[in-house]
Amino acid sequence: MIEAWRVRGARFAQRFFTRPRIDLPLASSLLLLALLGLATLYSASDGNVSMVAGQAGRLLLGLLLLVAVSRIPPVVLRAWSPWLYLLSGSLLVVVAVLGEGRGADRWLDLGILRFQPAELLKLTTPMMVAWYLHGRILPPGWKDIAVTVVLIALPAILIAEQPDLGTALLVAAAGAFALFLSGMSWWRIGLLLAAAVGAVPLAWHFLHQYQRDRVLTLLNPESDPLGNGWHIIQSQIAVGSGGIFGKGWLHSTQSRLDFLPEHTTDFIFAVFAEEFGLLGVALLLALYVFIIGRCLWIAMQARSTYSRLLAGAISMAFFVYVFVNGGMIAGMLPVVGVPLPLVSYGGTSAVSLLTGFGMLMSIHANRRAHE
Amino acid sequence: MSTWRASVKNAQHESASFRRRALAGFGLIVLALVALLGRFAYLQIARYDEFATRAMDNRVKPVVLPPARGLIYDRRGVLLADNVPAFRLEVVPEQVKDLSTTLRELGAVVPLGKDDLDAFHALLKQSRRFDSVPLKMHLTEDEIDRFAVNRWRFPGVDVVPYMIRHYPLGEEFAHVLGYVGRIDADDLKQLDPARYKGTSHIGRIGLERAYENSLHGKPGYELVEVNADGRTQRVLETHPPIPGNNLYLSIDARLQKATEAAFDGRPGAAVAIDPRNGQVLAMVSVPTFDPNLFVNGISHADYSALTGNQAKPLFNRALAGSYPPGSTIKPFLALGGLEYGLRTPQDTVLSTGKFCLPGNPRCYRDDHRDGDGTVNMVRAIQLSTNTYFYKLALDMGIDRLSAWMGRFGFGAQTGIDTLGESTGVMPSRAWKAAHDKNPWFPGETVIAGIGQGYWAVTPLQLAHALATLADHGVAHAPRLVMATRSTGEEQPRPLANPPTGSSLIKNPKDWNVIDEGMRAVMTAGTGRGLNAGFPYAIAGKSGTAERYSRTTDAYDTNKNTAYLATRHRAWFVAYAPADNPQIAIAVLLEAGAWGAADAGPIVRRMLDVWLNLHGGSLIGAQRLQDATSLSGPVRAPAARPPLAPSPQRAAAPAETAARSLPQVVAGGAQP
Repeated sequence: MIEAWRVRGARFAQRFFTRPRIDLPLASSLLLLALLGLATLYSASDGNVSMVAGQAGRLLLGLLLLVAVSRIPPVVLRAWSPWLYLLSGSLLVVVAVLGEGRGADRWLDLGILRFQPAELLKLTTPMMVAWYLHGRILPPGWKDIAVTVVLIALPAILIAEQPDLGTALLVAAAGAFALFLSGMSWWRIGLLLAAAVGAVPLAWHFLHQYQRDRVLTLLNPESDPLGNGWHIIQSQIAVGSGGIFGKGWLHSTQSRLDFLPEHTTDFIFAVFAEEFGLLGVALLLALYVFIIGRCLWIAMQARSTYSRLLAGAISMAFFVYVFVNGGMIAGMLPVVGVPLPLVSYGGTSAVSLLTGFGMLMSIHANRRAHE
Repeated sequence: MSTWRASVKNAQHESASFRRRALAGFGLIVLALVALLGRFAYLQIARYDEFATRAMDNRVKPVVLPPARGLIYDRRGVLLADNVPAFRLEVVPEQVKDLSTTLRELGAVVPLGKDDLDAFHALLKQSRRFDSVPLKMHLTEDEIDRFAVNRWRFPGVDVVPYMIRHYPLGEEFAHVLGYVGRIDADDLKQLDPARYKGTSHIGRIGLERAYENSLHGKPGYELVEVNADGRTQRVLETHPPIPGNNLYLSIDARLQKATEAAFDGRPGAAVAIDPRNGQVLAMVSVPTFDPNLFVNGISHADYSALTGNQAKPLFNRALAGSYPPGSTIKPFLALGGLEYGLRTPQDTVLSTGKFCLPGNPRCYRDDHRDGDGTVNMVRAIQLSTNTYFYKLALDMGIDRLSAWMGRFGFGAQTGIDTLGESTGVMPSRAWKAAHDKNPWFPGETVIAGIGQGYWAVTPLQLAHALATLADHGVAHAPRLVMATRSTGEEQPRPLANPPTGSSLIKNPKDWNVIDEGMRAVMTAGTGRGLNAGFPYAIAGKSGTAERYSRTTDAYDTNKNTAYLATRHRAWFVAYAPADNPQIAIAVLLEAGAWGAADAGPIVRRMLDVWLNLHGGSLIGAQRLQDATSLSGPVRAPAARPPLAPSPQRAAAPAETAARSLPQVVAGGAQP
């Protein structure tokens, strides 16, 4: 019995090192990012060790999922795509029905485990779009574009209704990038973008009052000194006072004196910018660019349409996190609940992000497969 | 080339196209991140000096100023809901070294309940560490004194003044106003955090809840300068809060008080409505409770005393109590008979004391063993002759009957401007199909004609229907609040309450017949004597509804009123003055022997007080000849039958409704 396990373990170790399914440059940059995140969290939480340990645990869980998912071949992922999309979509409906009248209650309580179905759709939506386009002739015509837009809009609208604008944005972006990468002609992209801009007044009508307030507050932060305006002003003070070289690790005054709100979650980038300055920000953004570039390179290597589109969509959606969160910190974009990936405190987004990277690893390992 | 591309998947072409797209996308991403970096560079280089200085001088914090809750007045300006100063214990978490130890030691000085601690911990999670979090509301003077002595032991804990809701008239308006309660963790999830920052209480039930949005107001803030520890040094700017709107009820506190007193503690409800505009003039549910107990969190003992009370003081009978309406619906049914063209006022029916459906062994009783003889419509209303209405209901059929009654609002919410209203039940085929597996039986139509069976109404519904009748068929949704005043308004702004539709009555002459019948009730019918001494004509109708199903059609020989009260619900409805109705009243006693004898005097007492509030004379109404000599309103007899009748008649001054079992009507089990 023990002998059998030993042989198995040895075979696994041998295969793991001779035929690695893990792309080492990507894995090591993700690990570096996670460590940077934990260090920043330690400072932002005022040296709260249990918080840092908890986050490390969640990152570890995410990494285990990454390794596990990396062993699922893309063919299997593709076969599962429609079912996973349907399952996550119906969970979203369940939350919408159960959570009715409950404000921003987006959680599904499974007794021991609580999670947000919306988080799943960040992965299942691009999977579904890639699955659909995989079987079509590319570049897609209007009919396929229309189907894809519906596949993206359904979950995005449900999530925006929860209301969780940040996640809705990420889901829509992941799906839209798959469409973009499918080679849809530029003039069609232009038309769709024009239509989207035209729909802005309509969307404004459907936004919750507090969401409108956030946009209006961005234009005039002084108008809301108790809420988001205060967040924006304090965040900019934190970033600006960091200067080029920063105040040094553990020396953020804004967060220490509690001027900076949510400084462990959505606003942790401000603490980072205050402590490490413009140089730190440049290095962090460079790390993100490297990760995104490496992911797109992996996408380009893949031979099957599904793998290419999924890998490309996941990597470009990763960019949206960074840009929306950074833009919010720097006072360029409204306050939307989007975390800084793998740095902000909070488990669900870290776990779903790392699962997505697991798919990329699998695509990388199976890059020569045509199907 | 292009047609070929459009029909077959070309892997190489797709791969190349993807490559181009991915590179283009990557280029755009790099561009966007460079722009983001540019923004950081702008903040961290170009504006570094400015922000570095601001961070150094970041000593200004906003502090919220909660708004004062709107006050509530009665129609003459008597204060019903006030804000009074009180003291509470607050904790600034960042100034407390060990929170759990502090709370434990503090509990020995000022008792802290589980509710206090739960609410405190919920608020704590939502607050910033330098925010002051309320721990215990409404400290007694004793608690304040004891804390003052021990204050040095508890840095970061302080006694803070605040405004708390107080209901000066307490019990009399508890069922109308409802009360406010402390905001709990569940509320926090649903409230707009910006609007409720610094607010500790929210409307829980009644008008306080229904008008929460209007009463609450808008918070203000002040910018304060803090030192390096975050403690306030001085106030720099103040932006005052905007208080909530004041509400003016159409209820007159004096009528409300007199109405409640007239019940003498007997469980029941009364609603008075001005038929001309739907304004509620009195709304009473007996027994009641002290709403002030709930404001600061009711103690366990007080709460179990209220919930354990058999008479259910927390239950709002006026809005939410459903009772069979009994004979009070007969005038409405008669009007339906005229409007549908099923009856003329002259048509007569012979009442023999028994009404039997063909082929059915069970019969439906009249009120008197021998019946009322030959009656026309007016006399049938006057004497409440069951047989007349059994027949009318059968001729109308349940579908037309429930459609007609539905137009008076039976079976639906009246749309009053408060919460907690029950719909009651207007029996119909559709209603029965949804609640019972048996079909509709003809016998159920018969008893619906006298307001029994499945039929259930709330006192508010009946008052509303009567007001609609009194205003010649024009309905107004009942309104408790007649005006509001926001900050800056000199005068209260009246709220318009237009009719909900045109008149229900097609032929105005029909109304006169019903009015004549209801006046006759007061002079020579079931409610005779109740108009005596009142200077204006009253139109009324009694109702004595059975609480239990009858198993036989035998006459009850036990005429003991205490015994009957356990079996009957007593109703009396009336509007006055009959020639120009200005008030419509419905009174219910949960346990009353006879409608006219028990509920009637309460109605009369309300009318007397109401007339007195108008200085004893009404505009636009004709004074009665025999009452002109009286100098003022006369007190009606308290709880005795209006006449000193002969023993036989006294036994049955009101009608009794017979209820038959449906299966018997269907020709079933019982012989």
